[in-house]
Amino acid sequence: MKRIALLGMPNTGKSTLFNRMTGGAARVGNWPGITVELLSGKILLGGDMVEIIDLPGIYDLHGFSDDEQVVRHFLHDNVPDLALVILNASQIERQMSLLLQLKQLNMNIVVLLNMADEAKKFGISIDAAKMSELLDMPIFLLSAKYGTGYPEALKAATKALSYPTPGMAEELRSQLEQDEHIETEMAKVLKDAVQIPARLSDNLTEKLDSVMLHPWFGLPIFFGVMYLLFQGIFLFGQPLQGGIAQGFTWLRETALVPLLSGLPQALQGLLLDGIYNGVGTVAAFVPIIVLFFLFMAIIEDSGYLSRAAFLMDALMAKLGLDGRGFVMLLMGFGCNVPALMGTRVMRSRAMRLLTMLVIPLSLCSARLQVFIFFTAALFSAKAAPIVLFSLYLFSFATAILTALIFKHQFKNTEPFVLELPPYRFPTARQMLLRGWLEVRHFLRRATKFIVAGVVLVWLLTNLPFSATPSSPDTFAGIIGSALHPVFQPVGINEQLTIALIFGFIAKEIVIGALAVIYGLSGDALSGAIGQQLDWVQAYSFMLFTLLYTPCLATIATLQSESKTLKFTLLSLGWSLSLAWLLSFAFYQSARALGY
Amino acid sequence: MSANTLATMHPGDIATILHIHAEEALHKRLLALGFRSGKKIELIRKASFSGPIQVRVGTTDIMLRRSEAAKISVEKS
Repeated sequence: MKRIALLGMPNTGKSTLFNRMTGGAARVGNWPGITVELLSGKILLGGDMVEIIDLPGIYDLHGFSDDEQVVRHFLHDNVPDLALVILNASQIERQMSLLLQLKQLNMNIVVLLNMADEAKKFGISIDAAKMSELLDMPIFLLSAKYGTGYPEALKAATKALSYPTPGMAEELRSQLEQDEHIETEMAKVLKDAVQIPARLSDNLTEKLDSVMLHPWFGLPIFFGVMYLLFQGIFLFGQPLQGGIAQGFTWLRETALVPLLSGLPQALQGLLLDGIYNGVGTVAAFVPIIVLFFLFMAIIEDSGYLSRAAFLMDALMAKLGLDGRGFVMLLMGFGCNVPALMGTRVMRSRAMRLLTMLVIPLSLCSARLQVFIFFTAALFSAKAAPIVLFSLYLFSFATAILTALIFKHQFKNTEPFVLELPPYRFPTARQMLLRGWLEVRHFLRRATKFIVAGVVLVWLLTNLPFSATPSSPDTFAGIIGSALHPVFQPVGINEQLTIALIFGFIAKEIVIGALAVIYGLSGDALSGAIGQQLDWVQAYSFMLFTLLYTPCLATIATLQSESKTLKFTLLSLGWSLSLAWLLSFAFYQSARALGY
Repeated sequence: MSANTLATMHPGDIATILHIHAEEALHKRLLALGFRSGKKIELIRKASFSGPIQVRVGTTDIMLRRSEAAKISVEKS
């Protein structure tokens, strides 16, 4: 099968074009010579199936950023039959250097000058025919967003594919170093084929930026936007999540329970409480992920994410992170899973890993449910909000501490030089496609892991079958008492230890697990817990719950995004140690002070 | 006034890039974004709390940290 590689600088609409060409039927795959996965899709072009590969956006074929190395190695080991080079027409005067670098590799090239509509607004006029003649390559003006110029470009790509694929000679590499040659050629093409006004016309982006990046109003607007985003996701997400949970319960009660009633009790339990609940846990994340990426697509494609980076960089630079990391960290307060997936916007791997190490410490909405239950059971209505607020403070403080401790291990070497693209309206199609692709990615990568985890915890809390489920006689109970010497110094009793084992799956089920463990529910449960624990023990339990590990889905996402077991274990080990140390310090000093 | 760098410019100032004294990775990135000696550069704004600065080179708006801007010497025009 012939292969087309999509090449271009960041912010050229390359991915939009890729999605348009493949219609969203893309998959991630591995390629020889590189360690990262690339998106690719197969389409029918001129009667033959061809594979299109979306290479990362790069500024310079000879650069040293992670992405630039990936592209170089890819081209070296997988010479494409056609390179489709996408340039941003409104920035043609600096994007041409990449095209000329690629031209020197002697590949079959078709050039697409994207955002032709935007360039026209700036008063930039490009003579495509003239440029095509000077460069000796087919060149097309198009707008990937609106689809104009697209059929002609496809026709040219089909034609170019019929040419033989030139081999890439090794000596071309040395030739590539001749940057001076590129500069003179660039100047000549620009002079003859492009007209750029001396000063760009005043436009909407400039007016918007004067408000959005205002020295005083910029930050309040940013926090306002983040608040709306947060509220939006959970306003729409929670009813959807509830609906999915109800649908699963309905299916279970009306169809599965009667259907399986003939099976032995233990097998029924395994199928329904183990596997089926595992699938339900996975499904509960779907609406949140779709909504998160719908909103993220707006923030990112509109160009606001780079502005957020501009506003927050002063603080984040001290933590070894950048402004985009702050957006993800904030989103983690809703749900850690999509926030971890969202770190993909960071192109430096070291910085991305550091951000992923910090995100699981964000107090997400599932943990909040546990804290609301415990604060209501043990603290007065007056004290409860202060207790909750203090937990948020701990969440922020541990995140900052983690970044400060690990910033040297995950040292970012890429220069922080970012483009501020003009504001653009994201298209609905692009947003929906993004949400769909991310959910599919999550389902493929995390389902098995999560279902297996849920089944394991079900087995632990139900085996041996002679014991009452979740009682001290089950394996979970035995583990609980074995861990007693570890948890006693932090004031967490055996029943709560079993609840923590459940909490490993998801914090949503901690209260439900306590109900089973104590054999009580609702007010009776909170009464019993209020009787049994004092506030120091309860607060220590909450601190531990805040930090020890968010949920199985987060761990599955950490693994699928980082693709290194070592990193996943580091994150897990660090959060467990931090949880224990902080709870220990709190519990022992509170007791020492006589509380 | 050749001691000026991009970091000492004020919003609204327009200058000419004289020289980029940066390590290779940063140098290449800046070149790719259109920074060349002799090119006009305009400082659009500075972020609060010593945050990054926004500059315009040609048709592109770019943000960079002040520590990186200090490596670019300019001549005010």
